[in-house]
Amino acid sequence: MKLTLKIWRQANAQAPGKMVTYPIDNVSPDMSFLEMMDVLNEQLIQKGDDPVAFDHDCREGICGMCSMFINGEAHGPDRLVTTCQLHMRKFKDGDTITIEPFRANAFPVIKDLAVDRSAFDRIQQAGGFVSVNTSGNTQDANAIPIDKHDADRAFDAATCIGCGACVATCKNASAMLFVSAKVSQYALLPQGKVEATDRVLNMVKQMDSEGFGNCTNTGACEVECPKGISLENIARMNREYLSASIKG
Amino acid sequence: MALSGLFLVVFLFQHFTINFSSVFSAKTFNSLSHFMGTNPLVQFVLQPVLIFGVIYHFVMGFVLEIQNRGARATKYGSYNGGANASWMSRNMILSGIVILSFLGLHFYDFWVPEINHKYIEVLPEDPNRYYEELVHKFHSPVRVGIYVLSFVFLSLHLLHGFNSSFQSLGVNNKYSVTIQKLTRAFAILIPLGFIFIALYHHLNAF
Repeated sequence: MKLTLKIWRQANAQAPGKMVTYPIDNVSPDMSFLEMMDVLNEQLIQKGDDPVAFDHDCREGICGMCSMFINGEAHGPDRLVTTCQLHMRKFKDGDTITIEPFRANAFPVIKDLAVDRSAFDRIQQAGGFVSVNTSGNTQDANAIPIDKHDADRAFDAATCIGCGACVATCKNASAMLFVSAKVSQYALLPQGKVEATDRVLNMVKQMDSEGFGNCTNTGACEVECPKGISLENIARMNREYLSASIKG
Repeated sequence: MALSGLFLVVFLFQHFTINFSSVFSAKTFNSLSHFMGTNPLVQFVLQPVLIFGVIYHFVMGFVLEIQNRGARATKYGSYNGGANASWMSRNMILSGIVILSFLGLHFYDFWVPEINHKYIEVLPEDPNRYYEELVHKFHSPVRVGIYVLSFVFLSLHLLHGFNSSFQSLGVNNKYSVTIQKLTRAFAILIPLGFIFIALYHHLNAF
């Protein structure tokens, strides 16, 4: 396949960026998108140019590091995949592919396609945990009876890998799907109920202070989420938040 | 936004019910309008609440839009919004501005003359004037055209907003599919009904 890549290049967080066009040849349809980027970078290095910086780690859709905005969609045109799971067979020979970083004020560009998603870490630190005594007499989690449906819903919420596709794709740059998944995975389980009130209030407060936008229920986040996190979690977080606000 | 939106939906339904009566009976329309125009509870409690609800809804709509646009200072070069969200959900501010502009015309057409009649010129109350005033307003094809276009945008606004308000209030359960179907039916049928009323009185004049 012969392709034309239009890639956002930005030397550092302070430098102004611009789209740069790169022709690329001999792309196999069986390559992953990141392997295609590797090929491009090898060519750039051979020519003495600066390779394109992009985040990646596990390359099997688990870590949530890859974060490209491809042809106007987070993680590209495929559904329920991360960029590392996107294959070049989804594109046609002769295509022009636009590649940009995830964009949000809360996700500043570090270099080229790599963005700083530490805002998510700070939201997690604000309440995305349960306090457990680990001094040696910790109760076995399996000893606590949990309704199967609640366990399944909690597990579904916990599959969020924190990639930030929800923020990137939302027209408002809202982080509600991520935060609601983290709130839900604990709110549904007995271990999480003890700190439920503080958790939702603190995580939402941190989310707002990071500069994310507001949710207007467009549903784009759910469609683009590589793990299929449901909007049901946002409704649950809204209920939790309302309840916590009344309790104070 | 969700609560004020739901309140406005209730008002819209009540407004439609009274207006629709004008198609069947001028007498019924006059008596309902007279009641709404003279009842102290409606005039001095519900009307101020409604005005507050309208103002709150559109002011908050603008505030949300400004905040949300500000959350992404650098825009995408390529953004395929249609791939994952409906046009209605992405353009609530546009449909909202059209509805707000229409409200300006609507107030000029009906509310301002009503206030003038009752409180400025203090004209004698005529319980039978409402039907004639309504029909008179729909003589102009331009005005009817603006009404029809505005109700198309109201429908687009409701197609996302009505159902979305339930999600904002935390309602997402086994009834959500039914709620979505009912809210979509409301979003299409009520504006269509208003369009029918405008066209009926316009065409009936000839």
